[in-house]
Amino acid sequence: MLDWLQNVGQKGLNVVESLGRSALFFIGVLEGIGVALIRFRLTLREIHSVGVLSLVIIAVSGLFVGMVLGLQGYVNFAKFNAEESLGIFVALSLVRELGPVVTGLLYAGRAGSALTAEIGLMKTTEQLASMEMMAVDPIRRIIAPRFLAGIISMPLLAAIFSAVGILGGYFVGVGLLGVDSGSYWSQMQANVDFSSDIINGVIKSVVFGIACNWIALYEGYDAIPTAEGVSRATTKTVVRSALAILALDFVLTALMFSDI
Amino acid sequence: MTDANEYISSEPLVEIRDMHFSRGSNKIFKGLSLDIRCGQVTGFMGPSGTGKTTLLKLIGGQLKPLAGKVCIQDQDVNAISRSSLFELRKRMGMLFQSGALLTDINVFENVAFPLREHTKLPEQIIRDLVLMKLEAVGLRGARKLMPSQLSGGMARRVALARAIVLDPMMIMYDEPFTGLDPITKGTIVTLIKQLNNVLGLTSIIVSHDVEETLSIADYIYVISDGKVIESGTPVSLRSSSSKWVQQFLNGHPDGPVPFHYPAAEYTQDLLAGR
Ligand SMILES: Nc1ncnc2c1ncn2[C@@H]1O[C@H](COP(=O)(O)OP(=O)(O)O)[C@@H](O)[C@H]1O
Ligand SMILES: [Mg+2]
Repeated sequence: MLDWLQNVGQKGLNVVESLGRSALFFIGVLEGIGVALIRFRLTLREIHSVGVLSLVIIAVSGLFVGMVLGLQGYVNFAKFNAEESLGIFVALSLVRELGPVVTGLLYAGRAGSALTAEIGLMKTTEQLASMEMMAVDPIRRIIAPRFLAGIISMPLLAAIFSAVGILGGYFVGVGLLGVDSGSYWSQMQANVDFSSDIINGVIKSVVFGIACNWIALYEGYDAIPTAEGVSRATTKTVVRSALAILALDFVLTALMFSDI
Repeated sequence: MTDANEYISSEPLVEIRDMHFSRGSNKIFKGLSLDIRCGQVTGFMGPSGTGKTTLLKLIGGQLKPLAGKVCIQDQDVNAISRSSLFELRKRMGMLFQSGALLTDINVFENVAFPLREHTKLPEQIIRDLVLMKLEAVGLRGARKLMPSQLSGGMARRVALARAIVLDPMMIMYDEPFTGLDPITKGTIVTLIKQLNNVLGLTSIIVSHDVEETLSIADYIYVISDGKVIESGTPVSLRSSSSKWVQQFLNGHPDGPVPFHYPAAEYTQDLLAGR
């Protein structure tokens, strides 16, 4: 019984300590953002590797999600003869929810895991330690540009996801199922609000970007410097990012779209 | 090679006083005190796992001692601000066991890295400096290669060029000879000697390669169980009366350092399985 209590206590302490370390890490990264802005070339390179290289998976997934929305929406709206509302349904689902959330989940799997593995390997091969001994702060030189790049990329990727998804919905709804093209676009235009829908979607994706990149970079930086440690850290990144995104989505949706 | 008196008479660059350090419950240093003198090659020897790498990290301020002091040029490494520590580190080079080159840039850029981070020199001068250092380690022709294309010995030489590119006052070598063929080992030994004599560096070599270290060091500390157990010039060390030192230098499997990890009595252990 005492052993058990001690165990629980120790686990609790470990969790608190880990939270503290990740908070300190986060503060260090924020301090480094200035450097990442001044030496923007470093950041650009990272935007290429986390953003540009994620484009294909984001666009293809966006297309399929949009097509499914078009199909599901049509089947259900047709029961009420409300097919022309398909455009609103597809656009709002994507811009408010699926764009930021699915992009975040895909980003965690595609870019987040790669970031963790990269930083973890740099730690394992003593590259981070050697940088410190060369009087270069790895948090500023390596971590901060990646963090900034992730936060810039995420809303752009989410926007691309939504745009391609809307086209996917159009192909299925208008192209295959015969919804009127004019009402697809005009209903969408009339009912999607810039500030409450688009801006809120962007805010969501920025928040997910911060969470996802923070988790990915911290897990890499904190990884146990062995092959097993890095692989465990990579798994943790994907699991924790996914949970963080879904939980944050609920909180943000409650704050943004409920009129309580 | 200097004698002990000459070694003691030069100024200390690094002073370690009554330093304690632990990893979890594993006490690695229990009151270590020693001096590392300017312009000399100081060797540290000891079996694997005694904390030689840890000692270098403590000198570089990457780890903090539990108690005691590590001073470089009379500055306590753990009491000064982070920016002063970084200033100090610009004048220290460290050669990691693995080389620790940055894997996403080529040899030239690796050597140029400290210059680009710490100076605003024009590209032409950076190029000249890098080529000079690469020439010194004999790898000017390998500048376009990526770290993954280098052999272990080449990687270590590139890391050496990188460590001296800012013209440090002191350089720390972590196991510079381990895992190299005899020719490459010889090259590294010669390079370390040359750098120490030509650039007037202070060198710290951590190693368990007895012959190489004895041939190169002016003064040697033998470390075991968290303390200095013997120190002296290579000559005096060879004639040491300590059984432990004799076992280590001559590589006898059993002696004061037991061959067996502590265990229950052998026959009892075998019988216990029944
Ligand atoms: N990051 C670490 N975490 C915990 N223990 C470590 C770590 N690094 C080294 N150790 C332990 O510290 C001791 C000394 O290690 P090290 O300085 O690498 O020895 P050496 O370089 O003399 O072979 C070893 O027992 C090792 O297991
Ligand atoms: Mg070691």
